[in-house]
Amino acid sequence: MWTHLRRSFVMAVICMLVFGFLYAFAGTGVAQLLFGYQANGSIGPNGSALIGQNWTGRSWFHGRPDDTGPYAADPHKNVSGGDNPLVANGVNGGSGATNLGPRSKALVADTRALVAYWHRLGVAHPTPDLVTTSGSGYDPDISPADALVQVPMVARATGISSARLRRLIASQTHGPQFGFLGSSYIDVLSLNEALARLRGAGS
Amino acid sequence: MGFFLTLVLLVASLGLAWRYLGSYMASVFEGRVHWLSWVERPLYRLLGTSPEREQSWKRYAGALVVFSGMSLLFTYLVLRLQGHLPLNPQHLGDVGSALSFNAAASFVTNTNWQNYGGETTMSYFSQITLMVQQFVTPAVGIVAAVVVVRGFARKKASAVGNFWVDLTRCLLYVLLPIAFVAGIVFVGQGAVQTLAGTATFHDALNGVTQTIARGPIAFMEAIKQLGTNGGGFLNANSATPFENPTGLTNFLSVFLLLCIPVSLTYTFGKMVGSRRHGVALLAVMVILFGSVLAVTATAEHQNNPAVAAAGVHASVGNTEGKEVRFGDTTSALFGVASTSTSTGSADAAYDSFTPMGGFGLLVGMMFGEVSPGGTGSGLYTLLIYAVIAVFIGGLMIGRTPEFLGKKIQATEVKLAGLGALVMPIVVLVVTAIAVSTAAGRAGPLNHGPHGFSEILYGLTSQGNNNGSAFGGLTGNTPFYNVIGAIDMLLGRFAIMIPAIALGGVLARKDVVPQSLGTFRTDNTMFVGLTTGVVVIIGGLTFFPALALGPIVEQLSHGRFF
Repeated sequence: MWTHLRRSFVMAVICMLVFGFLYAFAGTGVAQLLFGYQANGSIGPNGSALIGQNWTGRSWFHGRPDDTGPYAADPHKNVSGGDNPLVANGVNGGSGATNLGPRSKALVADTRALVAYWHRLGVAHPTPDLVTTSGSGYDPDISPADALVQVPMVARATGISSARLRRLIASQTHGPQFGFLGSSYIDVLSLNEALARLRGAGS
Repeated sequence: MGFFLTLVLLVASLGLAWRYLGSYMASVFEGRVHWLSWVERPLYRLLGTSPEREQSWKRYAGALVVFSGMSLLFTYLVLRLQGHLPLNPQHLGDVGSALSFNAAASFVTNTNWQNYGGETTMSYFSQITLMVQQFVTPAVGIVAAVVVVRGFARKKASAVGNFWVDLTRCLLYVLLPIAFVAGIVFVGQGAVQTLAGTATFHDALNGVTQTIARGPIAFMEAIKQLGTNGGGFLNANSATPFENPTGLTNFLSVFLLLCIPVSLTYTFGKMVGSRRHGVALLAVMVILFGSVLAVTATAEHQNNPAVAAAGVHASVGNTEGKEVRFGDTTSALFGVASTSTSTGSADAAYDSFTPMGGFGLLVGMMFGEVSPGGTGSGLYTLLIYAVIAVFIGGLMIGRTPEFLGKKIQATEVKLAGLGALVMPIVVLVVTAIAVSTAAGRAGPLNHGPHGFSEILYGLTSQGNNNGSAFGGLTGNTPFYNVIGAIDMLLGRFAIMIPAIALGGVLARKDVVPQSLGTFRTDNTMFVGLTTGVVVIIGGLTFFPALALGPIVEQLSHGRFF
């Protein structure tokens, strides 16, 4: 028993040093050296390409309703969250999903509220991605179909023709990785940055 | 089409891992791998042991239990003292005692159930301490499986190996190199790896100011998946882009969490001198995994009933709780791989899966984590089921059953029976306690059958050391912290210790020569029998509970709760 205890103590300390600190620090060193931009969060001038933001009004493409703000079915419930991913979906535990079940009355009500929200913006047929929340609570992406249903709204608000917007969407669409891993997606921040350049050039 | 190609690539890459990683692991545990012996030797000196000094199964199990207890204490103390320790840029305070106990038990049992949100509760020091257990516990599971394998491989032997040597070799030669290489891939794809704390920035286009959590995430991600741990740095786990940024990392995650449990069947075959027996075990795993995947992938490709009820129909499947870059079927694959391997990581919100999709995840765990199960624990649990199948087969033909030439007698069957029955009994009893107390019923977020499913899922997950959740369950209460910790500790050690004992008892036996009347344990018939035993012990024991949860939810068309 005493031998077991002594060896356990020694082994626990060694593991802490080698598989804890050495591994984490060496990993951080290699990561910062080889992939500094990615390792620090892929942060550009307007934010991280990997973290969804809250887009309001008709002149921008919107991401998924992951945030609270104007999307929440009950605006009083989750207002503390705002656009801070540390409080995604109003959950004070950082990232997180709604966790509403497939036969949840609350999910039916939330979805109806989101459909109404899109109708107010002038999007007649919102796609499922646009009325459901994601797993992380701040999905940075939408599908090409999600972007296309927003084209009439953005075209009317910005005066840019639908055809140009559709070309913009096509140019911003990433296919599945290597042609088959995952799904097609558009990074909403990059899409809106490209849209801003287009608007800057047009005016 | 993309999903089909993903499956083809997965099968091909796992096939290669099975052949080469499996063979490599056999060499490691037979002491034929030496490229890090310059690290090994001083370590053994510090520990006061050497590869030549082997232990009886009792001493082996004793060392394993004492070491796990020490790990539990270490982890608990770090969490309790977090506020006074370095590497805490967010100045997070000490973790409460019930939560610390639950988290320590969770990481020491390879469960990684998390009653906390990582980015808002744990300092970098604490996360690194938890990550240490993500290396140690899969190694502990693997060496326990190796003892059972040696039980079949050795003849008239009183020793089963040296715990400290096996543990060290598993950590150094198997887990560390693979995790480090995978970690670099995760970072290259966009996973975060920094010690610089949170980042705050302003977007001039929309006027948004954001604060985002960062940390040493990518390398933790690698060992989290490889060791079938599942506990992520961030609350939403592999759904967050900082843990799992792309389709490639998602695929890599699925590969990593399956590769060791699958390859161990080859290791088994090689060490006992009959690859056919390894293939037979692999076949059982593949049949069970394939069935569950078919159910869940099909279910997730349907509309979410609640979203459809709100008037939104489309052909893209259930999008609630899923990330656009992965899609529905790929998220289903991740979910099934993660719940069938005791990993419990999540790239989508399992709570929002369709009723039958969630049913598949639950069943994957209820099989006892054998398809292919956790690192090591999958193999030894399946061998326990195989011993029971041999016993039943022997009863049918009226002979003393044999498995790989070892007579399966009363002691072995008792140990196997104990190992197989602990999990269903523990899970059903704690679930019954939870639903019959007010503290337990306060947990679920959802109403109706789904609320019951949340309790059942949580306690099944912990009892099987999986760690995934129907996340709506509020677990950070004294009741769930304590009952969950008991559930996890019993689900780990009350199966592992009988398994090690089984290995020890088998090692002592001589091998009886094969004859014409020997019941074959490497053919299709035996694969079918073992699969049947798993389905009956797992599936049928839990059927009444499943009927009250996902099955009734699936059947209640048009009703919402």
